[in-house]
Amino acid sequence: MSGTTTAPESSYDAAEEFLEHRTTAQRVQTTLHRYPWLSPAIVLVLSVIVFSLLNSRFATPNNLSLITQQVAVVGALAVGQTLIILTAGIDLSCGAIMVFTSMVMAKTAFDSGMPGPLAILLGLLVGAAAGAANGLLVTKVRLPPFIVTLGTLNIFVALTLLYATGRTIRDAELATGLAWLGETFSIGEVRVTTGVLVMLLMYALFAFVLKYTAWGRHVYAVGDDAEAARLAGIRVQRVLMSVYVTAGVLYALTGWILIGRVNAASPNSGIDANLDSITAVVIGGTSLFGGRGTVLGSLIGALIVGVFRNGLTLAGLDVYYQTLAVGILVILAVSVDQWIRRARA
Amino acid sequence: MTATNQESTATPTGQPVMQAVGIVKTYGHVVALDAVDLELYPGEVLAVIGDNGAGKSTLIKCLSGAEAPSQGQILLDGKPVHFRTPLDARRHGIETVYQTLAVAPSLDIAGNLFLGREERRAGPLGSVLRMLDGTGMRKHAKEQMSSLGIGTLQNMGQAVESLSGGQRQAVAVARAAAFSSKVIILDEPTAALGVKESGQVLKLIQSIRERGMPVILISHNMPQVFEVADRIHIQRLGKRAAVVSPKTISMSDAVAVMTGALKVAPEQEVVTAKSGPAERT
Repeated sequence: MSGTTTAPESSYDAAEEFLEHRTTAQRVQTTLHRYPWLSPAIVLVLSVIVFSLLNSRFATPNNLSLITQQVAVVGALAVGQTLIILTAGIDLSCGAIMVFTSMVMAKTAFDSGMPGPLAILLGLLVGAAAGAANGLLVTKVRLPPFIVTLGTLNIFVALTLLYATGRTIRDAELATGLAWLGETFSIGEVRVTTGVLVMLLMYALFAFVLKYTAWGRHVYAVGDDAEAARLAGIRVQRVLMSVYVTAGVLYALTGWILIGRVNAASPNSGIDANLDSITAVVIGGTSLFGGRGTVLGSLIGALIVGVFRNGLTLAGLDVYYQTLAVGILVILAVSVDQWIRRARA
Repeated sequence: MTATNQESTATPTGQPVMQAVGIVKTYGHVVALDAVDLELYPGEVLAVIGDNGAGKSTLIKCLSGAEAPSQGQILLDGKPVHFRTPLDARRHGIETVYQTLAVAPSLDIAGNLFLGREERRAGPLGSVLRMLDGTGMRKHAKEQMSSLGIGTLQNMGQAVESLSGGQRQAVAVARAAAFSSKVIILDEPTAALGVKESGQVLKLIQSIRERGMPVILISHNMPQVFEVADRIHIQRLGKRAAVVSPKTISMSDAVAVMTGALKVAPEQEVVTAKSGPAERT
């Protein structure tokens, strides 16, 4: 026995020694791989510096406050989207669910005189049901998440328009509490809306849950390798279902933030939010192949998009160039992700 | 071969830890298993070999709960059990390691070891906030790894994707060893590995046997089987062709039995405790 085992052991040591002598590029790759939010964080810091230098109005408290408000809706939506992308899924219906639930909150209160808090609760329940519908189609009917949510995207857009009958409920028509997340308070010179605060709380909560609870680990494990997770005794379908329902509730919560942001519930608001949330998640370093990424990254991703749009506006560039810049950012982010993944393959 | 092997040839004594009696498994008209018996005795490594289509995978699926047998019975310590899912088998103390390196690549070693069985923190942090005990799990993982002699893996916070195939399989085997209380089933654990890495896994199997944990090893690889097995269950055309000892049969004869070219004489069989001492001749 002893004769056969010494050889592999010594060559193992040799292999590990070899690993110590890595090139700088490999070391960078390894570090970026370990902390997927790091590369977007660097991009965010650099872009803030560059835009501050380009325009003195960029780094003013008022402007920074504006950026956070502009980011709040897409940022909050990206929390649920991150959960789903971590399971190697994708959710095209997130924005549609958000708008639908915001209409449910505003219109039930407006039509029936239901108290605001109750209407919000109803909206959250509708969000959970919408998420459950996605989840059931993914886990029971076993359709790919892309197809499922492409279908439900259209369904919820249609339901919203049918339900709203083309009517926007604005301002004074909103029941008490519905626009609460649009109210502002000041931290130093920076004015912050309660909606931004709620978004940050959502991030804090899910950063904790993903890192420190068994459920969080199971989300990663399922996205990493669903079969391995199943063999390890994880109820994969149950985890997926819980992720879709949770995401649905988070979208509804974002619907509430949306009402506060535009001070109205309109069937036509948040049209671009579907893809913008995916953009934020991808730029934030979460892998579309699942199992790798953080919610913190998605917050940074949403901020990067906000900073670019705002900074380019201040630089006097047309809105089309902003969209162009976001497109380039997405492709760069995914390229970096691929490069990092290749490091470990 | 060595002293350990001579001792362990005498292991088929007493009551089997795990026993399969007359297992039949059919898929439509195909009979994958035709009344197969299998006995696993305390502290032994039982190898299951067979050609493709001999039914060894199906047999293992029935034992590990991945498939339910159409007929027949599985006994654990003499008591009948019914497994409907792999989780059922797990609850009875049976852990299975698969050839497909069933680990989650982006989780760390400790995370994989405790995957699906995470430990929570003591006090309200664990019960209310449901916080996991990361430090504790890494500590237990380290203890487990070093007790199995896997010294090359030091950092339990290392992501499994940064490990070699052999090290990944070592993590999977360590997981099985940490949580099984009765039987460890290894389904072609070296099939995806290179020669050196296979050697490491074989060493692991031996250290598991030294702990007294019985192992069922499914393998294609004859030299490996002859290196670690105490008894060899040869599966052929959905039936058990023979149970032999690696010491009384040559590798080529074992292959001949597997392919049907040779029948084993009754005195060479080591099915029961009685035949234990006789086979040394």
